[in-house]
Formats: sequence, C-alpha cells, structure tokens
Amino acid sequence: MKNTVILGALTIAGLSAGAAAAGTLDDVKARGKLNCGVTTGLVGFAAPDANGEWKGFDVAVCRAVAAAVLGDGSAVEFVPTTGKTRFTALASGEIDVLARNTTWTFSRDVDLKFEFTGVNYYDGQGFMVPKELGVSSAKELDGATVCIQTGTTTELNLADFFRSNNISYEPVPIETNAEAQQQYLAGACDVYTTDASGLAATRATFESPADHVLLPEIISKEPLGPLVRHGDNEWGDVVRWTLNALITAEELGVTSANLAEMAGGTNNPEINRLLGTEGTLGEMLGLSADWGKNALSVGGNYGEVFADNIGEATPIGLARGLNAQWTEGGLLYSPPFR
Amino acid sequence: MTTLTDPPKESFRLSMLIYDTRYRSMTIQIIALIGFLLLLGMLVTNTAQNLATLGKEPSFRFLGEPASYDINQRLLEYTSRDSHLRAALLGLLNTLVVAFLGCITATILGVIIGVLRLSSNWVVAKLTTIYVEIFRNVPVLLWIVFTMAIMIETMPAPRAFKGENPVATMALNDSVAVTNRGIYIPEPLFSRSLGDVHLLGQGSMRFDVSLDLIAIVLVLGLSLWGAAKIKLRADKIQEKTGERPRTWHTRLGLIVVPTAVLLVALGFHFGYPELKGFNFKGGTHLRNSLIALWLALSLYTAAFIAEIVRAGILAVSHGQTEAAAALGIRPGKIMSLVVLPQAMRVIIPPLISNWLNLTKNSSLAIAVGYMDITGTLMGITLNQTGRELETVLLTMLIYLSISLSISAVMNWYNKRVKLVER
Repeated sequence: MKNTVILGALTIAGLSAGAAAAGTLDDVKARGKLNCGVTTGLVGFAAPDANGEWKGFDVAVCRAVAAAVLGDGSAVEFVPTTGKTRFTALASGEIDVLARNTTWTFSRDVDLKFEFTGVNYYDGQGFMVPKELGVSSAKELDGATVCIQTGTTTELNLADFFRSNNISYEPVPIETNAEAQQQYLAGACDVYTTDASGLAATRATFESPADHVLLPEIISKEPLGPLVRHGDNEWGDVVRWTLNALITAEELGVTSANLAEMAGGTNNPEINRLLGTEGTLGEMLGLSADWGKNALSVGGNYGEVFADNIGEATPIGLARGLNAQWTEGGLLYSPPFR
Repeated sequence: MTTLTDPPKESFRLSMLIYDTRYRSMTIQIIALIGFLLLLGMLVTNTAQNLATLGKEPSFRFLGEPASYDINQRLLEYTSRDSHLRAALLGLLNTLVVAFLGCITATILGVIIGVLRLSSNWVVAKLTTIYVEIFRNVPVLLWIVFTMAIMIETMPAPRAFKGENPVATMALNDSVAVTNRGIYIPEPLFSRSLGDVHLLGQGSMRFDVSLDLIAIVLVLGLSLWGAAKIKLRADKIQEKTGERPRTWHTRLGLIVVPTAVLLVALGFHFGYPELKGFNFKGGTHLRNSLIALWLALSLYTAAFIAEIVRAGILAVSHGQTEAAAALGIRPGKIMSLVVLPQAMRVIIPPLISNWLNLTKNSSLAIAVGYMDITGTLMGITLNQTGRELETVLLTMLIYLSISLSISAVMNWYNKRVKLVER
C-alpha cells in the first residue's frame, strides 16, 4: 500500500519535473539528436517508407530543424504520437518539437502553455464518403455514422457543424488514422472526417481512391504548424525561423539545385543573410553561421518539400491553394531576414 | 510473616527507545512514518511548485465548462453543450454498464466452464481446458481488438440491407438487424407513458428515470415477494404434514397477471428497427464497441473464474459427493445442492478480485471507441482542457470508489455464506 502511494507520487512528480526543464536548445545540442513528435503514420505528412525511414511534409520540418541546430538532417529521433498523447509528450519533455499537423488554437496556445512557431500548412476540416452513397453535400449527412480521430479539434468542429445545421449523426471515436481507415473501408462508418489534407493523404493509400469523394464543404480553419513548450523562447525562435527560412528561400528562389552556388555569395543581401555569408543571424539564434544553408540542404525550400511529399505530382495530389506564397495569392508570408 | 515488596521501579531513559525491546519496534515505526510523510510532503510540494511554474495551478473549474463533444452511447440525455462534468457522468454510466454486463456473463460462463472442466467426458474436459488456456494466456486488449475486428469485417454494413435483392436481411421476423455497426433490437415503448421523474435537479448531474420503469419494477417486486411468501407457507405445510400443496399456478399467476395488466395499461408495444437513410432507426442500438468490449471482457475473465470454480469444487471433500450419491441424489442435483453451495465459500473471495479486474480492464474501452469514463473524462476532456493532473486524479478516485463498492458488497455477502466456526 505504502509502496503504491510512493510510486504514484513519484510518477506525478517525475512528469511535472520534466515539464519544468528549460534550455531545450542546449539539451538538443548536448544530446546530438532532436526528438521530434510526429503522427503514428499519415502518408505524405509523416510515415516510415519501405526502408523504415520517416518521410513526409511534417518530417521535413523536423529534419530542417535538426540540420539547422546540429548540421545533420538525419539526427532526428521520431516519436510517433496519437491525437491524445501528443500534448502530454511535448509538455513532459519527451519531445522537443511537435510537428504533427496540429491546429493552432487559442486554448492550446494560451491555456495548454504551448507556443506555435508558425503555420506550415493552412488546412480545413473536410468529409470523405464512398461514391456509391451518392452524397454531394455534407448537409445531406443526416443520421450518418462518422469516424473521427478522438482528441482533435475536428471532434469539436464536427459537433458544432451538425448541431448548427440541426442534423443528427453518430460519432465513432477512433484513436489513430490507420484504425479509422479500417473502419471506414469496412463500412462501419459512412463518413470519415479530418483535415482535408489528411483525407487526401488517406485516400491516396486506398486500393481504389476513385471510389471515394471529398465533399465540397470545408467546415473549419485549421492552421497546422509545429509547436514547442511555452516559456523557452530561444528554442521557439530556432524552430520559428527555420520554418521561415524554408518559406523565404522559396520566395527568394533558393532551391536545393542552386543552394551551393548561392552560398558562395550573391548580390542579394537577404539571401546572403539567410545563408550566413553576411551578418550574424546564426549567432543571434545561438547556431552556426550556415544554419540556414544546412536547413535548406535537407529537402530544399518550402515549395520543394511540398512538391516532393504532398504536391500534385505525388499520389496525394494536393494543390498549393492557400499554401502558395503571398506573391502568388497564397497565405505564406515570412517576416524578413534582417 | 512475609512482606511483599514492590519490584524496583525502573525510571524511563531515552536510550531505552532503542535498546529496550518493548519500545524499539515502536520507535522504528515512528521514524519510518515521519520519513514517509516527509517524502510525501516533498513530492506534493514539488509537484505543486512545478505546476505553478508552468502556470497550471490545479483547478477543477474546467468541469463546469461546455464539453463541446458528442458521445455516441448515452444512457442519459446529453448534448455537446453540456458540461465536462456531465460528459464524465455519462462515461461513468457507460463504464458501469459494461462492467455490470461483463461480471454477470463472465460469472455464468465461468461457472459452466469450471464445472465442465471436471467432467468425466474426455472431449468436454479437454475442450474447456483449451478454452481456459487460450483466453487466460493472451492479453485482454488483444481479445478486445480482435472481437471488434471480427465484428467489423465479417458482418454486413447497413447499406447491404438496401435495394431490391439485399445482400443481408434482418433476422427473427424482421425485428433484429445484425450489422457491423452493432445489433439493433426492438425497444420497449409505452403509448400511455407516465413520463420521467427528474432526480438530482436540472443541473449537470440531472438524472431522469422513466416512471414506467419504476412502476414495473415496483409491481414485479411486490409480486415476487408475494410468490415467495406462498412458497414459504407451502414449505411449512410440507414440513408439518409431509404433503406439499400445489402452489405453482397461484405463484405464476401472482407474478404474471399484475405486471401484464400494468403493461397493457401503459400501452406497451415494441418499436422495431428500420433502415432509414444511412442507418437503422428505431429500436435499441447495441453498438459494436459495447458488444466487442463486453464479449471480450466476459470471455477473458470467464477463463479465470472457471479455474476458481474448479478449485472451489475440488476443495469440497469427495466424501460429500459419495454421501450424496449414497442417498440416491442424481449427479446434477449433487452438484447444485451439495457441492456448489460448499464450494461457494472458497470461490467468493477470489471471485471478487476477478470482478474488480474486469471492471478495471473495462478502461481499455477506448481501443474500440467505447466512450467510458477513460474515454470521456480521461480522454477527450483531458485532451481538450489540458488538465492532466486533475482528470487523472478524478478518474483514479472514481475507479477506486467503484472497486471499493464492489468489494464492500461482496465482502458482506462473503461474511453471510462463510462457514460459521466454533
């Protein structure tokens, strides 16, 4: 009895002690490895490939941060998290950064004490149904059984959407994307709802993707981005500006093809500051001067990462849409490197 | 003349706390207790301090805020605008339902299998041995997931019931639909319903109970009590005169007639499930998650209960069986009248702990999306509010109370059936 109490208390104390640790940047440098929280497997965003190597859009963010800090894009320990476990993993210090298509919301930012370091994908919640059901709008889904990933914002949006449209539904809470896929394909639910990008990624892995349609309604704003613990601003800055470096590089036309050439020096001072041949931006972040070049050397700029993992040439086939540069009508707008 | 002198009075010295065996154990215990309390205090303050640094002082105010999520299996009325507290209450009821159903099924199955394992029929004995070994030696989580997967993959989806020549049809004269979303069965309805009684006010804890149900339970209870009285009287007459009056028809009538009259008065009828749109409407929906969890927990725990029952039966001396056989009692009767009642005394204590295990194992429900207390309070609520410490403590407290209540009831029962020793 006494032992149980002690063990229980130790566990709680251990959890909270880990959460209080600061100086993540030093920790990562000392460890020589970045612990990055990703999904348990969503093709295109974060999933191990045939060789067991993690690939994807969110994975690219992890690798870019690792390259910026440690100079090596493969010095990443990927920690798969579910919708339910991700915040505990980050708060307890198990992971340094969470790049798991997580929606930036007020309460997560303010109440859960996290810090979103930017948006790497502007998304919205959508619905996927089998074509044979003949549904063309989400408002026709009265009485449908809907699979949702539990512990996500989609769960709350879904409740609000059906309530405000005065239609009924039967929620089936599911832990991971893989389980949801299984239930959906077996017909245990009529509809699968999550972020539209996630739906496209899931559909791409189906045997016959053409048999399933995404409904036109997008019922929420889901700005997805990497997040870190609140209160460690130096580390937050590193992650924020690594993401900004990828976005700025696309805007300035720095690609993996011309990276080496441009790192030799150009006559555009912003490119020079980004790649570390001018100014002391790297030093200000507590990183080496060529941190930006390192970050870009892993998978190229934002546009290249997008095209390689989820772009129109991939099976997932997402258009840039809102995720185009601001100069091309999108929402991507990085503050200047100055 | 003899004089009685008092033994010399020893004065108390501090060193006696260690060197005197009368005090030593007390001293050690007090020191250990102080040390333990200090450690506990340190852990608590440390936790509180760290939470304060994080800006997350423990607070239970989140329980009053709107939950904003839906729960599929609702025993009470609930919408997504209700509070987290109410969501937790619904989760708790779902936990209790599956635990209650599971305990009953596991016990019945366990007793049958335990008895069959001792059968002299080689095939039956071996088959039940295989059952016990298979279920006992695979983690229950796998059984839960496995049962769910079988239901989802092998049973027809509701859309298979559609069309001119449907792939699947409803069973039992179109009254039961077996689908991979669960089983739809007819529901009892009352056309002249008495309405609901609102217990516990109108707040988050509101608990509406159908007056129809209360009336039926009352009437049935009174009838059963009357029937028991008649049987008692018959027993007395039999003991006095050796002749037993025929009472079965009056007893049966007493039980059936009042309830039947009440049901007719309330306008009792069945509501049948019907395919409308995406799903079956009407009827009671036993969700696949409930069935998978219930079945898996029952089958798993039954394997343990079977072993307990077998041990209990083996603990009853074989002489009892032989003596009963010598009196000419048939084997079935020997088991139910002589052996099992005595075996119960050995069976009950370990049976309690198996019921507790089943109740606690029901927290694996989220694996199949069953919204129990772990799924609501410690799942979605925790996730949406970020109050880990508070929700986990609250959930632990709830499980503790459930388990202690089960123990209390079963210990009381155990005391009653225990062998009175002289």
